[in-house]
Amino acid sequence: MSVSTRRRAAVAGAALAAVVLAACGGDPTASDGDTITVGSAGFNENEIIAEIYAQALEAEGYTVQRQMQIGAREAYIPALENGEIDLIPEYSGNLLLFFDGESTATTADEVDEALDDALPEGLEVLEESPAENKDSYNVTRELSESEDITAIRDLAKLGTVRVGGNPEFETRSYGVPGLQDVYGVEDVEFVSISDSGGPATVNALLDGDVDVANIYSTTPSIVANDLVTLEDPENLIAAQNVVPLINEEKATDELEDILDRISAELTTEDLLALNERVDGDEKAAPATAAQEWLEEKGLI
Amino acid sequence: MTWAWDNRSIVIDLFLVHAWLSIVPIVVGFVLAVPVGWYASRHPRLRGVLLSGGSILYTIPSLPLFVLLPGIIGTGFLDPLNVIIALSIYAFAIMVRTAADAFTAVSPAVLDAATATGYSSAQRGFLVELPLAGPVLLAGVRVVSVSTISLVTVGALIGVRNLGSLFTSGYRRDFTTEILVGVVAVVLLALLLDALLVLLGRVLMPWSVDGPGAVGRLWQRLSGRGTERASDVAAAGGRS
Amino acid sequence: MSVVTDTVDWLLDADRWSGGGGVPTRVLEHLGYTGLTMLGAAAVAVPLGLYIGHTGRLRSAAIGLTGALRALPTLGVLTWFTLLLGLGLAAPILALVLLAVPPLLAGIYSGVESVDPQTVDAARAQGMTEWQILRRVEVPIGLPLMIGGLRSATLQVVATATVAAYVSLGGLGRYIFDGQARRDYPEMAAGAVLVVALALVLDGLFALAQAGAQRAARPSEHRSTAPSSTSSSPTT
Repeated sequence: MSVSTRRRAAVAGAALAAVVLAACGGDPTASDGDTITVGSAGFNENEIIAEIYAQALEAEGYTVQRQMQIGAREAYIPALENGEIDLIPEYSGNLLLFFDGESTATTADEVDEALDDALPEGLEVLEESPAENKDSYNVTRELSESEDITAIRDLAKLGTVRVGGNPEFETRSYGVPGLQDVYGVEDVEFVSISDSGGPATVNALLDGDVDVANIYSTTPSIVANDLVTLEDPENLIAAQNVVPLINEEKATDELEDILDRISAELTTEDLLALNERVDGDEKAAPATAAQEWLEEKGLI
Repeated sequence: MTWAWDNRSIVIDLFLVHAWLSIVPIVVGFVLAVPVGWYASRHPRLRGVLLSGGSILYTIPSLPLFVLLPGIIGTGFLDPLNVIIALSIYAFAIMVRTAADAFTAVSPAVLDAATATGYSSAQRGFLVELPLAGPVLLAGVRVVSVSTISLVTVGALIGVRNLGSLFTSGYRRDFTTEILVGVVAVVLLALLLDALLVLLGRVLMPWSVDGPGAVGRLWQRLSGRGTERASDVAAAGGRS
Repeated sequence: MSVVTDTVDWLLDADRWSGGGGVPTRVLEHLGYTGLTMLGAAAVAVPLGLYIGHTGRLRSAAIGLTGALRALPTLGVLTWFTLLLGLGLAAPILALVLLAVPPLLAGIYSGVESVDPQTVDAARAQGMTEWQILRRVEVPIGLPLMIGGLRSATLQVVATATVAAYVSLGGLGRYIFDGQARRDYPEMAAGAVLVVALALVLDGLFALAQAGAQRAARPSEHRSTAPSSTSSSPTT
């Protein structure tokens, strides 16, 4: 009895030690030239593009680790800087503003140029894709027609404006501060909706819980719900081309080559179609949509 | 439900990751709590501190704990270790109470008898106290297991993949099926792990026939029977 | 530890303590969600718990059901309800009610069950109706345990009501989710500190109420054991 109890304790102890050791093993920051960790922001389109990068790299023999749906830029840029991820799909204009809040660059070329200077040591962006997905201010067709609102500036007519968007939109320069400083829409009440312009945001807009909502321009629901995207003559929202942001140490010529080919093929229409597959009725997994796009384009 | 079938490889993968993220904190919390609980059962003042400290600890919302841990212990922002460590802390806090109660309930007469028979204090601890406290400890682990499995899902909000990722993903694309699949999978995992714990208890403690009684009583005690004496619970657990 | 000093600075900043997103507003919202949840949970748990405790019927069914409820992940239930019911109070309150019912129900029926059967028999012998027994004997004597159930259910709800912010409501979770999205650690930490502080204050009030009820119920035994509480699991 006593022997068997002791043996059980010993076995349990050994099993536990193994469990704990295994839990602590597998350092994700281990640097190895052929291993690359691909991350994505916390919304589906970004995960689809990240999957496209990941699968293309795997097809060329890279070992890829995935760290999808991390969250907002404020969360994943530090992870990129400390080496927890190596590569993430980005959007040029907002990326520039993240590092240089004062930047006045708005066109794709201006942004591209400014971005190279603004990026911190150790990070670089590769070739931009023609595909673009920007934040956009949207109102319902009904409100647009009844109050004659077609541009962001017109929102001031509403008095207090209820703006819906992800939490970070309240502090981003093209969000609430931009509304006030650039377009003089002073009286803003921000409603935080943590689904990155997804169904809850659209529903809040349709139900009248908010007057205007930030929805990414490649979101199929904008067309599906007949929303009106407000004009932005002052270019509050800069050009937002999809661009791979990468840790310099990982950016070998071969790897750049693979990603450049993807960027050249990817278009805004592709983004809309991919988003429709994942967020629309089909509910395809991002990895599946990514794989089929790569096959269709002959990239893998 | 065709979605669940089409995406079974993803769901199964998330299930396994989820099990892993749950089991490690449960085991770590248990292994740390048992000796501390034993020690506390011998030192009433420390026991009081542990009990009230544990109560405060539960009220810390888990999301900020997950996010703030890297700044405190130097792990990476995206490291699943943040979730594992935070949940180990909660598991420890629940378990240490139960362990202290379990050991306090072991009758002093039994301990005296063991000493009189010539057991060393280590022998007494492992061969007498641990087996006698076993049924209550098991009930404690079962409670910890259910609560840990549920809490792991919050990790999805900081990009740590698990079954909770189905909730955030389903929410983002207005897809209730995906959320339901996640909820069912989480409940299944909880039931499965609970059944394993019961089985483990039968193998390790064949003298105690465990019914729903012990756990039911412990849940009750954790949730309101604050005035009941610990010994009543322990006795109930040991008897049933 | 600059996060610590930054958090203290955040909490001491006078601007944080006024206006729509200020601390007092968020605390009141948080208390509002908690109160609504507890009302909803009580509407289910109190009659059911009294029935189970008094008659002894449905007891194992209730234990099984509450066990299953405890395994439900609040985040999943919350997102599911929100998609079904839309943004607003209904979804988060319902999700929190599911969380609060098990501990409250257990507290209520174990309170009734804690009454000595001989006491109940004596009351019956005196000609009291079942209703009178429940109202005049079982509830007053079982009250400390019932308050204990209310206490741990409330603490659990206070800690978990932070998730309401994930589906766009207010409350102290707002600081936690906004702070996370913007990587504003002090804001997040301040949110957590405020939640814990609110829980401690409520816990203290419940402890007083529990002690009072105990003195009223069993004057001879008062302070024999200190009442305590544990919420069994925090979420979010």
